[in-house]
Amino acid sequence: MWVDTVVGMSLPDSGAAIEAIDLIKKFGGSPAVDGVSFGVPHGTVLGLLGPNGAGKTTTVRMMTTLTKPTSGTARVAGYDVLEQPEMVRRSMGLTGQVATVDELLTGRENIRMIGSLYGIRRRELMRLSDQLLQQFSIADAADRPVKSYSGGMRRRLDLAVSLLAGPPVLFLDEPTTGLDPRSRNDLWDVLRDLVRAGTTLLLTTQYLEEADQLADNIVVMDKGRIIAEGTPLQLKQQAGNASLVVTVSHADDLGAAEALLRKTGGDVFVDTGARQLTAAADGLADMTRVAGWLRDSNIDVDDIGLSRPSLDDVFLSLTGHRTDNEEESA
Amino acid sequence: MTTVARRRAIQSDRPAFRQTNLAQQSWIMVKRNMIHTKRMPEMLSDVTAQPIMFVLLFAFVFGASITNTGGPSYREFLLPGIQAQTIVFSAFVVASGITNDIEKGIIDRFRSLPIARSSVLIGRSVASLIHSSIGIVVMALTGLAIGWRIRGSIAEAVLAFALVLVFGFGIIWFGILVGSLMRSVEAVNGVMFTVLFPTTFLANTFAPTEPMSHWLRVIAEWNPVSSLAQAMRELWGNGPAAPPSAQLPLHHPVLSTIIWSLVLTAVFAPVALRAYARRTAD
Repeated sequence: MWVDTVVGMSLPDSGAAIEAIDLIKKFGGSPAVDGVSFGVPHGTVLGLLGPNGAGKTTTVRMMTTLTKPTSGTARVAGYDVLEQPEMVRRSMGLTGQVATVDELLTGRENIRMIGSLYGIRRRELMRLSDQLLQQFSIADAADRPVKSYSGGMRRRLDLAVSLLAGPPVLFLDEPTTGLDPRSRNDLWDVLRDLVRAGTTLLLTTQYLEEADQLADNIVVMDKGRIIAEGTPLQLKQQAGNASLVVTVSHADDLGAAEALLRKTGGDVFVDTGARQLTAAADGLADMTRVAGWLRDSNIDVDDIGLSRPSLDDVFLSLTGHRTDNEEESA
Repeated sequence: MTTVARRRAIQSDRPAFRQTNLAQQSWIMVKRNMIHTKRMPEMLSDVTAQPIMFVLLFAFVFGASITNTGGPSYREFLLPGIQAQTIVFSAFVVASGITNDIEKGIIDRFRSLPIARSSVLIGRSVASLIHSSIGIVVMALTGLAIGWRIRGSIAEAVLAFALVLVFGFGIIWFGILVGSLMRSVEAVNGVMFTVLFPTTFLANTFAPTEPMSHWLRVIAEWNPVSSLAQAMRELWGNGPAAPPSAQLPLHHPVLSTIIWSLVLTAVFAPVALRAYARRTAD
């Protein structure tokens, strides 16, 4: 374990705002997290992607001092989670999967309670809580007990509380689970602004789209291990090339269209029911050529387009299973 | 969400901090619990309506037939007993509070903050003692209304109230233990009723111990609750000193109460803290 000894010597900061160093966590016998290492450069977003039970939450809990690693360690803003947990807690904000707010307190009281625990000065705290309530659209409900809040409002309040101390590093564990699409988009906007202002963000998600939207880098976890990492684009390329999808207007034309598509060189997959043909394609050039041929042959099409593999496809090709459900069979 | 407001918030620097100390952190936790009580005044029923009901039921239902109290009226005998019962039940308040916090996940929020982790427990405990103190006052007033009197000196009276709180400090560890072990508030209710009711009844709280069969009397008189009730009776002048046949603790009830409180703390504090740490760790 040479990494451990080097880290122990307080080596000059490597430039990463978050570092996981061979994290292992065993509950009972089987490891929930089994040797996870990665780094997140300052001011970037890392998406920790994986299905339920992949070990994402446990990884985040180890990095935020909530769970002690069985072995390995992590550094947050340069501080070791095992040796300087207090400094780690000062440097990060955390929003867990379950909204950790006090239901009997009002939104404002929740913010003030946490703010005074941080030791933020009273006047500053008044100003800050007004600002956060406004910013997260809970100002109208600020003086109502949280019990009456909707799921989305609780999440926003939870996030507001996490941002109180202006942490340079932010951990969000499945931040948009249970949010409607509009609230989700709002939250994404807030997160983008935070990152633009210099915050380093680590978010776990089961939604590939979310990782695709926000993350600079993605780490894919399955069964406690990292099975892939890279930029969203790299991961997509890893899953293969784009494909050309043509939907013909009349089922009679399927045969002729298939013959034309074959001319691009690859296999053609025909879905008779949907009148849809799929073929490997290099890009726009292939698409315009095929469009020309179809027009020349008087084949009417409903739709023609290029389809890049989604991260869902990436996930499928990496793990052999889709991201959601199917966990029981795994 | 207006973009302008957002920008301004995000670009502002980190707010000015000053490190808070354990006392400040614990006090914030106490205030949190007091807001809970304010929001749900029915939480106070166990230290208001219930004890008044107990005092009245015992005084008028049993009081009519219990005459063998060794001197004073049953009502005077009863009141210190009910006070003892109330403080024992503060363990209940602590336990359900802790279980509730763990269940709701807010402990995780506190654990992610740069504060002493013990502040959550200290805050809970202090809040529970305040909660029980309300009951002590309510019952003293109820007692005064039905004929209970403090017949000793002021110093002795104050000492008796102080002993109640000291004993509360000891018993609260048991509450922390149960609260950390149970998975739901319902489970806490089950355990606490099963344990605390016999504990408070198998003592000299509601009836004198002399008429009990020998083995039962020995258990009752070694019960820490009996020492507390006996101490209050002697300090408030509500009953005679224990008869020569009584077990050792009742001959020195004030000292025994202090020792029992320390013993409770010594026995339950280490296991309670370990159970709490384990429960909130992973």
